Amino acid sequence: MIGFVAWRLLQAIPLLIGVSLIGFGLMHLAPGGPLAVYTLNPTIQAQDIERIKIIFGLDQPVHVQYVKWATGIFSGNWGYTFFGGRPVLGVILERLPATLLLMGSALSVAIVLGLSIGVLGAVKRYSVFDVLATTGALFALSFPTFWFGLMAIFVFAIELRWLPSGGMWELGEEGNILSLLRHLVLPTMVLALVITATWSRYSRSAFLEVMQQDFMRTARAKGVPPAARLMRHAFPNAAKPLIALLGVELPFLFSGALVTETIFGWPGMGRLFVDALNMKEYPVLMGMMMFTAIFVIIGNLLADLAIAVIDPRVRLR
Amino acid sequence: MSATAAAPQSQIGRVWTRFRRHRLALAGGFVVALLLASALFAPAFAPQDPTLLDTALRFRPPFADWAHPLGTDELGRDTLSRLLYGGRVSLTVGLVAMVTTVMTGALIGITAGFLGGVVDNLLMRFVDTMLCFPQVFLLLVVAAFVPPTLLSISLVIGLTSWMEVSRIVRAEILHLKEQDFVAAARALGASRARIMFRELLPNAAAPILVAATLKVASAVLMESYISYLGYGVQPPLASWGNMLTNAQGYFDTVPWLAILPGAAITLTVMGFNFMGDGLRDALDPRLRMDP
Repeated sequence: MIGFVAWRLLQAIPLLIGVSLIGFGLMHLAPGGPLAVYTLNPTIQAQDIERIKIIFGLDQPVHVQYVKWATGIFSGNWGYTFFGGRPVLGVILERLPATLLLMGSALSVAIVLGLSIGVLGAVKRYSVFDVLATTGALFALSFPTFWFGLMAIFVFAIELRWLPSGGMWELGEEGNILSLLRHLVLPTMVLALVITATWSRYSRSAFLEVMQQDFMRTARAKGVPPAARLMRHAFPNAAKPLIALLGVELPFLFSGALVTETIFGWPGMGRLFVDALNMKEYPVLMGMMMFTAIFVIIGNLLADLAIAVIDPRVRLR
Repeated sequence: MSATAAAPQSQIGRVWTRFRRHRLALAGGFVVALLLASALFAPAFAPQDPTLLDTALRFRPPFADWAHPLGTDELGRDTLSRLLYGGRVSLTVGLVAMVTTVMTGALIGITAGFLGGVVDNLLMRFVDTMLCFPQVFLLLVVAAFVPPTLLSISLVIGLTSWMEVSRIVRAEILHLKEQDFVAAARALGASRARIMFRELLPNAAAPILVAATLKVASAVLMESYISYLGYGVQPPLASWGNMLTNAQGYFDTVPWLAILPGAAITLTVMGFNFMGDGLRDALDPRLRMDP
């Protein structure tokens, strides 16, 4: 097990280097370089830009800049925002809880719903429910998230007036859990739709595959009741591809959160990203690219370790 | 000669029979054909010039009069005409992005799979690295850097979504290159490039075609995302994404302006998705999502 953990950690290193190279490269591919935002400002003159260049170390050779930037990333110095000069990592971490709350609640809803639909579909294969569920999942995967969000706002916030149309709290109610939950319902529903569809599809095929295995027939032959067969025998084996899916899905979850947060004015990382994009805040943009990529790498690492814990066969390789 | 000509036809025939059995796929194919035709003949179907302003006729509801069958928007432009021309834009971006995705993905996949070794390792680590970034983030950053034209938007979408295709193609090539016809080609003295592009690539056509169909769907979706966020197709050129952005401002009073372009996007994405699903089942039973 220790060997497996060490091997997986080692594998993450080239990924981290690759991610930092792409992040750094993108920042320097930006038209006008990282300081483009200053060249657009008429009150800043050419000699000022030269001065800023030296302050930021942008007059140095590219590889020197990269090493400085990369060591900064891995030691917690992510640079400073153009506007306000605040530390980038701090700005991102400030927005993290709201995004994690939204992603966590959407993921929980999606896993519970998707898994139930998928397992029921696999057990009652080709039943009316199964056909409806698989078709419905493909429909759900075709909805543009933001349109579904707008429709949800229209129906539940504007027409029925059941739920708030955006934000995280009512004005003056910051910290009120009930207010937070009411604001959480619609964004969660919108973000969970696509994930639920993916989960129902994957869990259906994972369970179908496991149920065709010999040990399932053996369990049936020795008289294990159906519910126990499903929970004790099928579930741990079907769980492996689903845990892997959890890791693989992280980038999609971030993408979905960005769109959902924009529609609902949810003050999370996605909103931060769109705001930074509009203000050409390159340090924040690159910081967020790095942050999400590192998050994804760690997520996949944890998923692989969890699979190794469940299944001894994996860690022997 | 006639025997070799007859063989692929019966193969296509078999595929068609299997595809036809898939009702939803057939419906998807029909929708796609309809959308392509309406985009192609937009000038003939459109009741008005899509950029014609008529401030006297703002916010006409749908089905109210024949001059504007689907009503007008905040500037009095005809919604149906804008939907048709917007469809041209969205489908063009979708198709060009798909071609970019498939060409990049296939090239990288076939190179990695066929050459193997260090090249394979490096290319696949590059794929892994690209997949660490959430696609919408990557897309928006690059889209914000380049001036938004139809071509640049399509290329940006294509170049940020080829990774899955390269994995699919690589897996297929790894399986194919062990087969006898490759050994035969090698024995006949065929060059590496010839084996890669004349022997292996045509045999990997099935999964590539399926991926291509599904990629049109995701590219149309991506175009609508970035247009919605303001970094895609720029007004006055209509795209379904930027029509939705416009409509959002009048959402509580004239909801149909938002409902229509959203429905068009959904219909398109659904059409391609169902068609791709059916193609997968018809072309290669091994690839079926639902066993």
